[in-house]
Amino acid sequence: MTAAPILKLEHLGVTFPNHPVFSDLNLTIRQGEFWSIVGKNGVGKTTLMRTVLHQLRPTHGQVAYLPNANEVKIGYVPQFRNIDADYPLTMRDFVGLNLTGWKWPWLSRKEREKVQTILTRTGLEAIANRPIGQASGGEKQKAYLAQALVEAPNLLILDESTASLDPVTKTELLDLVIELNKSLHLTVLFVTHDIPMARKYSSQYLMLTPNGAEQGPIGGLTQEKVWEGENV
Amino acid sequence: MFSYEFMRNAFAAGTIIAIICGIMGVFVIARNMSFLTHTLSEIGFSGAAFGVFAGWAPLNGMLLFTVVSSVIVGQLSARSERREAATSAISALFIGMGILFLSLANKNASYATSILFGSVIGISAGDVQQMLWLSLLVLLVVFVIYRFLKFDSFDHTGARVKGLWTNALSVTFLVLLALSVSVAAQIVGSLLIFILLTLPAATAKYFAHTVGGMMVLAIVLALVGVWSGLTLSYVTNYPVSFFIAAIEAVFYFIALGWQKLQTAE
Repeated sequence: MTAAPILKLEHLGVTFPNHPVFSDLNLTIRQGEFWSIVGKNGVGKTTLMRTVLHQLRPTHGQVAYLPNANEVKIGYVPQFRNIDADYPLTMRDFVGLNLTGWKWPWLSRKEREKVQTILTRTGLEAIANRPIGQASGGEKQKAYLAQALVEAPNLLILDESTASLDPVTKTELLDLVIELNKSLHLTVLFVTHDIPMARKYSSQYLMLTPNGAEQGPIGGLTQEKVWEGENV
Repeated sequence: MFSYEFMRNAFAAGTIIAIICGIMGVFVIARNMSFLTHTLSEIGFSGAAFGVFAGWAPLNGMLLFTVVSSVIVGQLSARSERREAATSAISALFIGMGILFLSLANKNASYATSILFGSVIGISAGDVQQMLWLSLLVLLVVFVIYRFLKFDSFDHTGARVKGLWTNALSVTFLVLLALSVSVAAQIVGSLLIFILLTLPAATAKYFAHTVGGMMVLAIVLALVGVWSGLTLSYVTNYPVSFFIAAIEAVFYFIALGWQKLQTAE
């Protein structure tokens, strides 16, 4: 049975002054799918993600969340976070920042349990009380992921989150994401330049090029195709 | 010392100021707003001078100028690449205006000194009460928006993605900061206000393990500075702002040294 759609891009286009980024983009993403968004620098991957996150208003078309915007919770994991190395912000504190629903300054018992569960699930339990500024690149990415997951999203966006990681840490992080994708039926959008990783973990791909977009099952994506993207 | 009413008022005011500065200072440091705080204090000087010129209490002039200008400064310095230049321009403009207002009010240099560097003997019970109400207002708003403010201050990217109204939060924080500057300037003066709004929190950053711990430690350090400063000022008859500045600076340098040792290990 085909899963229900969670996100639809309909004739989506974004134009900056005198510079069209992409236009007439149509895409349907279904619950539980793992999409890789690929393409050369400057083709609009980040612009597309900002539009999906409603940080940028599209020039044409629309981004539709299904069945409605209230039912879709987005978790976002960027490549970098501007966090001072000296802040006394523990991994636990950092993950808890995303819990803004309760009115008191301190976390409720239920919220503390939520944080603990996510820390355990992402393998951060042992270093939960370490300042995030002192964590390694891989540990930080896991903390970003944990923060995104603590509000139980059903759509997770990894925006070049693995770009600065070594191959082993990259694999560790994506193994964790694919496990969550399968066990929680979490929909994933993975923005990346790493085609082998995209092929290993994704089920579908969207390739943006200066002349349009191509999409399909991940088997159809090759490194050569991305290099030749300008000719699509 | 406590047999004098002005010393009792100064200690009461100092305690209120230390608590407010300890709490607000944590967000000032997290939001990298030390320079902006310095500018707000100069705007406070201009406001106090305007108050004198207009025949108001200096605190009311300060409140008017800092609150209105905090919103303008926030908008002008929203883009990081022009933040320092915009803040410097505003700072220069307001210092100039402060000198003009003092001149128009026919006040002498000692009056300007009192606004710039604070005064212990000038604080009445009425001033303490006004400071208490303003501080309670600041604390209440911080309490209500604490989670959002903490998220935006310590992880701005995350807060934006979450869809928090980060611009509205920023303006709200600047208004709260303006109120804190006006309150705290009563003791240490408008020129040295950034001491209490930045140094205790900047010091606490190196010793605390959590944001809550940083806040408590910043309050304690501000309290130690203010109480010791007031006592030493009473005993020696030297300016209180000198002692507070010296104590907080020593704490900060100790913290830097401690941090260096930790990094070297």
